[in-house]
Amino acid sequence: MDNTTALPISIRSLTKKYGDLFALKTVDLEIRSGEFLTLLGPSGSGKTTLLMAIAGFNRPDSGSIFFGDAEMVLTPPHKRDVGMVFQSYALFPHMSVAENVGFPLKLRGIAFAERKARVEEALETVQLSGLGERGIDQLSGGQRQRVALARAFVFRPRILLMDEPLSALDKKLREQMQIELKHIHRQLGVTTVYVTHDQREALTMSDRIAVINHGELAQVDTPEAIYNKPSNEFVADFIGESTMLPLTQDSAGRLTFGESVVASEAPDPSHNDWSLVIRPERLRVLAKDASAGDQHVMFSGTVTDAVFQGDTAFALVKLRGGATLTVRFGTGAVSEGSRLEAGQSVSVGLIREDLILIPRESA
Amino acid sequence: MRRTVSTPGQTQALNEVALSGQERREQWTLLGLSTPAILVIAIVVLVPVGWLFYLSFVGSDGQFSLEHYKKMVEYKSYARVFMTTFQVSLLTTLICIVLGYPLAYFLAHLPGRWTGLFMLAVLLPFWTSLLVRTYAWLVLLQRKGLLNDLAMQIGLWDSPIKLVHNMTGTLIGMAHIMLPFLVLPLYGAMKKIEPDMMHAASNLGASPVRSFWNVYFPLSVSGLVAGALIVFVLCLGFYVTPAVLGGGRVVMVATQITAILEYQFDWGAASALGVVLLVATIGVLYLAGRFFKFDSALFGKG
Repeated sequence: MDNTTALPISIRSLTKKYGDLFALKTVDLEIRSGEFLTLLGPSGSGKTTLLMAIAGFNRPDSGSIFFGDAEMVLTPPHKRDVGMVFQSYALFPHMSVAENVGFPLKLRGIAFAERKARVEEALETVQLSGLGERGIDQLSGGQRQRVALARAFVFRPRILLMDEPLSALDKKLREQMQIELKHIHRQLGVTTVYVTHDQREALTMSDRIAVINHGELAQVDTPEAIYNKPSNEFVADFIGESTMLPLTQDSAGRLTFGESVVASEAPDPSHNDWSLVIRPERLRVLAKDASAGDQHVMFSGTVTDAVFQGDTAFALVKLRGGATLTVRFGTGAVSEGSRLEAGQSVSVGLIREDLILIPRESA
Repeated sequence: MRRTVSTPGQTQALNEVALSGQERREQWTLLGLSTPAILVIAIVVLVPVGWLFYLSFVGSDGQFSLEHYKKMVEYKSYARVFMTTFQVSLLTTLICIVLGYPLAYFLAHLPGRWTGLFMLAVLLPFWTSLLVRTYAWLVLLQRKGLLNDLAMQIGLWDSPIKLVHNMTGTLIGMAHIMLPFLVLPLYGAMKKIEPDMMHAASNLGASPVRSFWNVYFPLSVSGLVAGALIVFVLCLGFYVTPAVLGGGRVVMVATQITAILEYQFDWGAASALGVVLLVATIGVLYLAGRFFKFDSALFGKG
């Protein structure tokens, strides 16, 4: 299958209310042709509602859904021609693996011989060759997941939707399938919308991530940008580990936290209140005699806990101002951090280039 | 309780004997607890059935004889009774399927808060006497009954139609009484079908009609077969409704047995009829069991 058959999806002012609650609040989202876009959000954020609206299983109150140039919002699900992998897999228990995968082809009137070849090809893509005659109840969870995937793309849909397809698998298999799904996506080149609440999964697989909260898009960007340049508190807090320090602006317009000067001016002068987002792995333990320079923003405090976790370790550092920072470091080679002990005084620094400043939302 | 202590030289593993003894005692306790149930089944089911079986092979002279079974083969009236029995049972089952499938579907897809109310409506007949319900139909269906009066008033027909004391009345009454037996297992099977199944079918390109026939119906069929079988088997031995609403014109095995006992006091002939009906019922269940995988909730693992 080649990229020319993939379709962009354009969602315009999509709104859906359940009672007084907005499940989707005038959502606008452009999904590019052939990209892997993940809808990421906590449960109840509206991500599944949005996916179901694209599939046609729920009817929005207003708005538009375009596949390419075609308005789809009124089209019934069986005429939308999108593949979907369900969280429960929804494999038909009264059909064999091959019959499940062949079902969409049969509905499209494809003759037996071609059907058989395409089912076999699809099963090969998901590494299930030769299991066509098996019953669904004879498969493991991981195999069912692959059958559901094969059934979703065997009829060459222009759009593929996935609703938390890996959530029922154990951690190891999940991580393996994430990479595999990425491969299959690259191979098929189909526009893919993926729903998950697992930020790590989203970061691993996506071309772009749409972070969604309370029925609204919080940020839509590449995984790197979402992680390194969150545009608001929700995204900073939801993606990755972070500590947020509220900054104060002094008379010279500098943003400070306690005695540490964080920035010489606010990134956007129209906003007064700013927070500093600190990723634990970006902090460095500084030498005892270090002083704050141009390179680092320095914080001093006392180690309250030092915890070893195998591949990484972390220390909790209580700052004089009262806030607690998490400092994470690798254990692969001896680092400054590996010498930390509870009760010790320590200075940690953040490289100025790595600063993440976000406007603080008034409480 | 003496404990076995193993030493390296012994063949038994540590505490092996004591542990297996404990397991055996638990099994005996369980068996002991189920003894009353086993006794009840033996006294209430096995002994009477065995007695009937014995009686059916005793002739009028008190000796072993096959005369009752011979009569059943020779006289056409017996064949007709069995024909009627199977005919009524089959038709009742079909009517129940036609009425019950949509009803079960409706119940299974109601929003939660309504299910209780409508389920109550389905189960209500279970809590009133069978005889009362049957006579109620007599009141409704007779020549000057509610239904005939109403139909003539609005001009559906001019003179009273015979709705009772015949096959029509029997089928109406039996279908009404049997309906819950079909609906309940069917409802159970439908409730187990995930909504995602139907989503998946339509997502893959199936129209609502195809989704139903290719996915929904096959997934509900185990409940349908279980329900239909219960109805059919119950109908085979049914007495009250055909006796009251059939008015002597619908002679089924059960009514025939009563007649034989009342007018001829022939225990042997009545027993033989009962035995043949029992064998036929077991045969139906056996055949059905070979063709269908039963709903495991009703019949254990199929």
